[in-house]
Amino acid sequence: MTRIRSAGLPVLGAVTALAVWWSATAVFGIRSFFLPAPPDIVEAFRRQPAYLLRETGSTVAVTVTGFGIAVVAGLLLAMTLTAWRALERATLPVLVALNSVPKVAVAPLLVVWLGFGAQPKIVLVVLICFFPVVVATMAGLTSTPAELSELSRSLSASVWQAYVKIRLPWALPQMFVGLKVGISLAVIGAVVAEINNPTGGLGAVIVLSGTSFDTPLAFAAITLLAVLSTALFYLVVALERLLVPWARAISG
Amino acid sequence: MIALTRVSRTFPARSETVAALHEIDLTVAEGEFVAVIGRSGCGKSTLLRLIAGLLEPTSGTITVDGGPVHGPRRDVALMQQQPALLPWRTALGNVLLPVEMARLPRAAGAGRARELLDAVGLAGFHHRHPYELSGGMQQRVALCRALIQQPRVLLMDEPFSALDALTREDMAAQLQALHLARPATTVFVTHSIQEAVLLADRVVVLSPRPGRVREVLAVDIPRPRSLGRSAALPAVAECVAHLHDVLAKAGDA
Repeated sequence: MTRIRSAGLPVLGAVTALAVWWSATAVFGIRSFFLPAPPDIVEAFRRQPAYLLRETGSTVAVTVTGFGIAVVAGLLLAMTLTAWRALERATLPVLVALNSVPKVAVAPLLVVWLGFGAQPKIVLVVLICFFPVVVATMAGLTSTPAELSELSRSLSASVWQAYVKIRLPWALPQMFVGLKVGISLAVIGAVVAEINNPTGGLGAVIVLSGTSFDTPLAFAAITLLAVLSTALFYLVVALERLLVPWARAISG
Repeated sequence: MIALTRVSRTFPARSETVAALHEIDLTVAEGEFVAVIGRSGCGKSTLLRLIAGLLEPTSGTITVDGGPVHGPRRDVALMQQQPALLPWRTALGNVLLPVEMARLPRAAGAGRARELLDAVGLAGFHHRHPYELSGGMQQRVALCRALIQQPRVLLMDEPFSALDALTREDMAAQLQALHLARPATTVFVTHSIQEAVLLADRVVVLSPRPGRVREVLAVDIPRPRSLGRSAALPAVAECVAHLHDVLAKAGDA
């Protein structure tokens, strides 16, 4: 019974929202140019599925590449900074200042610097999801409980052993908080870059559909973005369940 | 054997320094079980961390087995107040942590780890994670982890204080059995008079601020002792009453 309820209620909510939307367009006679009904969006997708899927693939490539670079660089930077206190104190103000720059505002500059290819898009994704990864990982690496630090000292653990066997695994749950924030931001970063520089991807589809007044096509692209973003987020969640199954148990 | 000679320790606090321990003289014989008892703030934990090599004394000398203490040693095991288990490791994996830290073969340690877990009543729980275990079970795992390397010296910092009364009694009985089977030189910090009298060969009473040795009481009661049967013995009642008196006087601060 609870299982049916836990699966059924979200579905019911989604179906209701769609029904309200659909009936609103029908009852108030809203034209599809202004607000397309759900079938118009399906129709827009069925008109050119290959094109839309290709552009989705392009957005996925930019998002995942940028996210991957941000994660690797973010983890390395967080590990370096937490290992070396002086460096952390010297670098943190610069990092915070850089982070407070709205990354979206840099998008046109990136095109000036890096041209019209995939590079400026990937760089924007990196910029936008780098900081959450760094901050969360640093928080995780500095949150080792005092009794565990004392334990590793009393066991005469080497610095490396203490890091690999205690400090790093302990940081994983918080690291994943950063990864989950990061992957959602990565999709946003990719779309912003594509809208700014519409040479490909779902962001470009939205821009081009605007110039041809094809609102259902824009909605089809937005729907695909939502699906993409959700899928990537749950991929990270799945990875978390796989790598740190104990995190849910101790926090719940 | 542990020997402390005129050991003092102060801690910096705001503008002045606070003396935690003042000129402690204490000898614990090979295989002896000594309980250290006192009110909070009397430096019990500091004393233990000095012997463990986790803190340096401000003055005085500490030797373990004849050698001066300069840092943590692998033949000295510390059991903390919290279980301090790694949540991603099973009970068995947690017990094996010291073996891995010492870079000893895991396979040989695993056999001994299983024996220890069985001995403390965790036979069916080797592959459970800490979050699947009760507080008492977690502390038993921590006890096994402290014993896995067959330490010559076992230091215990109020290890049962977070447990309910019945679990405490069980664990004290198991600790006594393990100690009788293989006596390690043990310093057991507690604030429970009953626990001290049940477990210890001698009870050291510390007075607070700064911690000094107020009295050392030998407990000459035959083993194995139990809280149930031994509590009625006149000798036990006398020890307990005496320690209450000493602590009441020591608690003038």
